[in-house]
Amino acid sequence: MMTRGDWPYWLREHRGTLLALAAFLLMFAIYASNHPAGLNANVANTAANKGVLLAIVAMAQTLVVLTSGIDLSVGMVLVLANCLASTIVVGSPLQVALGVVGVLATGALCGAINAVIVIYGRLQPIVTTIATGAVYYGVALALRPVPGGDIDGTLGDALTGKVFGWLPAALVLLLGLVLLIWLPFRRSETGRAVYAIGSAEVAAYMSGVPIRRAKFVAYTLSGLLASVAGLFITCITSSGEASAANGNTYTLYSIAAVVLGGVSLFGGSGSAVGAIFGALMFRTIGDLLFVFDLEPLWQPLFQGVVLTAAVSLGALRLLRVRNRLDLYG
Amino acid sequence: MSLSEVAGRAPGRSQAGPHPLGGSPDVPVGRGAPIFVMQGISKRYGGVRALQGADLTIEGGRIHAVLGENGAGKSTLIKIIAGVVAPDEGRMLLDGRPVSFASPAAANAAGIVCIFQELSLIPDLSVADNIAISNPPRRFGLIDRRAQRRMAEEALARAGAHDIHPLALVKDLPLSRRQMVEIAKALARRPRILILDEATSALTAADVTKIYAVLKRLRAEGLALIYISHRMHEIAELADECTVFCNGRSVASYAAGTKTDQEVVELMIGREYSQAFPPRSNTARPTAAVPRLELRELSWGDRLDRISLQLHAGEVIGLGGLDGQGQRELLLALFGVLSGTTGELLIDGRPVRIDGPSDAKRASLGMALIPEDRKTEGLMLPMSVGENLSFAALSRLSRWGVVDRAAEREAIERIMRLLAVRSDGTTPIAGSLSGGNQQKLVIGKWLMNEPRIILLNDPTRGIDVGTKQEIYQLLRRLAEQGAAILFYSTDYDELIGCCDRVLVMYDGAVKRELVGAEITEHALISSALNITTAEAPQRHAQR
Repeated sequence: MMTRGDWPYWLREHRGTLLALAAFLLMFAIYASNHPAGLNANVANTAANKGVLLAIVAMAQTLVVLTSGIDLSVGMVLVLANCLASTIVVGSPLQVALGVVGVLATGALCGAINAVIVIYGRLQPIVTTIATGAVYYGVALALRPVPGGDIDGTLGDALTGKVFGWLPAALVLLLGLVLLIWLPFRRSETGRAVYAIGSAEVAAYMSGVPIRRAKFVAYTLSGLLASVAGLFITCITSSGEASAANGNTYTLYSIAAVVLGGVSLFGGSGSAVGAIFGALMFRTIGDLLFVFDLEPLWQPLFQGVVLTAAVSLGALRLLRVRNRLDLYG
Repeated sequence: MSLSEVAGRAPGRSQAGPHPLGGSPDVPVGRGAPIFVMQGISKRYGGVRALQGADLTIEGGRIHAVLGENGAGKSTLIKIIAGVVAPDEGRMLLDGRPVSFASPAAANAAGIVCIFQELSLIPDLSVADNIAISNPPRRFGLIDRRAQRRMAEEALARAGAHDIHPLALVKDLPLSRRQMVEIAKALARRPRILILDEATSALTAADVTKIYAVLKRLRAEGLALIYISHRMHEIAELADECTVFCNGRSVASYAAGTKTDQEVVELMIGREYSQAFPPRSNTARPTAAVPRLELRELSWGDRLDRISLQLHAGEVIGLGGLDGQGQRELLLALFGVLSGTTGELLIDGRPVRIDGPSDAKRASLGMALIPEDRKTEGLMLPMSVGENLSFAALSRLSRWGVVDRAAEREAIERIMRLLAVRSDGTTPIAGSLSGGNQQKLVIGKWLMNEPRIILLNDPTRGIDVGTKQEIYQLLRRLAEQGAAILFYSTDYDELIGCCDRVLVMYDGAVKRELVGAEITEHALISSALNITTAEAPQRHAQR
């Protein structure tokens, strides 16, 4: 459908995503060429598992950020899904299948609860999701007071192993999520509405855009994706752990990935695909420290600096504001 | 009993039988079946009556202009038609059947599309996305981007905006292009009734010509168009019918061209003077004195156009004109809120550069701005009356950064007495006061700073008559004590009653200066509309 003369507009629209892709490729090239063992299939698979895990959480975060909200409960939904999966995704193939459905349904429910509070309670997303995140963590702790449990081995190996002996299955999972969830969402009327709300909610309302439905779908899909990540982390670790630190880390990293991926924290602009590259880039930054033999203790500091720099870039547009009242609007 | 009620009760008078035609008294019934009729529409906002028994009859294939000055009820009328607000009383008939719209979407579904003055576009989406926003073409449940693009191209072509690329992001387009997208978006919805509310205000001259052609073509296609504009030449060029609103009532409907500009202005006047204003100062001002504030050729983007003015101590200058002609921006620019202004600002004859409100209020400049929206820009509603009063003056009341509580209390009590705010200053929160008392607080808060230059942005909007009186007295007293006052008001009576001079703004520029007895409602309205009439009959301004 692209005709001549369209590509500048296409580039403009996808600028954030393309920049994230380019930055990721550059960093990954540096990482791969300096890796002591070289880039073999096992190195790639390990990197892919870690990267995809964060990428899925970043997709979840993107959906909410696009509405100009923020979801601080994604990490806790992940932890809850992890604890639940380590309990119910075991047994006969039918039990495993039902278990997976149960985990995903729980994630979607968590997202839907966030949505209902934000839409009908008219509370700020940041407050809502801090509170519900604490609840989800509490449920996870009740489910699994001490680390343990297991997940069906076949499922675990299938999702964390390799396809054709070289292609990380995690990447196939990620591609599947993009094709089955993100692209249809992006091209649906509801997805369009999510962008519209994040960009200019009043204008969206005046244009008759279904605001409540769009927010509900965004938060619910976000919860669903967070539970996919929870399922996936269970496959990697073969156990469940109600760890608040883990939850908070994934929430923070998901925001970092979203920003690095060119998604505007003001809402309305960006793409989950960009956030995926942002997540992969963020993971690669961490791994670069390992490759260059830096003290692992420096990693949180370094990642914090990267995040701060990325967020500051997003504020550059404020330099162009001509009516200072707009800064406080 | 209004005429529309008579028509409503006597359907036998109408030949259409099931289509009882109300219609306003001046429009002969039976020229063509009206598409849309409004009868006896009333709407109140709190204590303010925005519309009282307004009537409007819209026919297909015609352009119907709606005229009226600030607060005449035009925008409320449009919001009701477009389903944004619901009327308190009255009824609306679409093709003879009673209708009511719960939301803009419901009005859209009935074929009524409105192009609002404030743009309704989504900046982060592309032009095509925006044009198709309310009803995108779908295939297998998803948006069909190819069909959407065709739809957008067609709509842009219909609006005569071939130069706009459908994939461009709206936020990258200049204002005039966005306005064209807005028009294309409206056309893509295939409206039967299209409402244009000041839709040409941001357009370039070339676009205006194109839009005229588009509107005339739509008229030929049988659409009903409602056209709101303050530009009389546009109305002369386009309109078939006109309805004039005044004080929330539809005062006259007539065929375009049957009334002179002069007569139209007379129709738009018509409020009764119910307020008494304090006498103006009669002290002859030494013309040689250095003005307290002088502005030379102030411009800001395309919103303010080379404004020059001189404001002397003891003087009250009014800013007039229709709403949105740059009056607010002028006040904000003086207060240092806008960046990128050009021109020169002198205070007491010395050039100054003001960098924001905290700079403007310092003692050597002594400026105060009473903002437009007391709830968001004027007060911290959840805090106490006293805290609100001392906010802007805290640095005066502090020593080494610590607030001197005794001095603060004393200052608060002094201001409370001066303003006669009925509250003891500590316990009640500002939000619990009446609108009038809140407005007094906003003024009082700045008086704590003993300002030498007071800028007021429509300070009496939505407050009761008694408090208005007190504010007028206060302003005059402050002027007599040597303050220089620049006063924007959307209420012409206030400008007539309160101001020594009035600068009438139009399109970001000062078009006319009225002094003393020249300040009449007639002069204010005709210069607000930028009409140069022959000398107006002097209506006398009651004091």
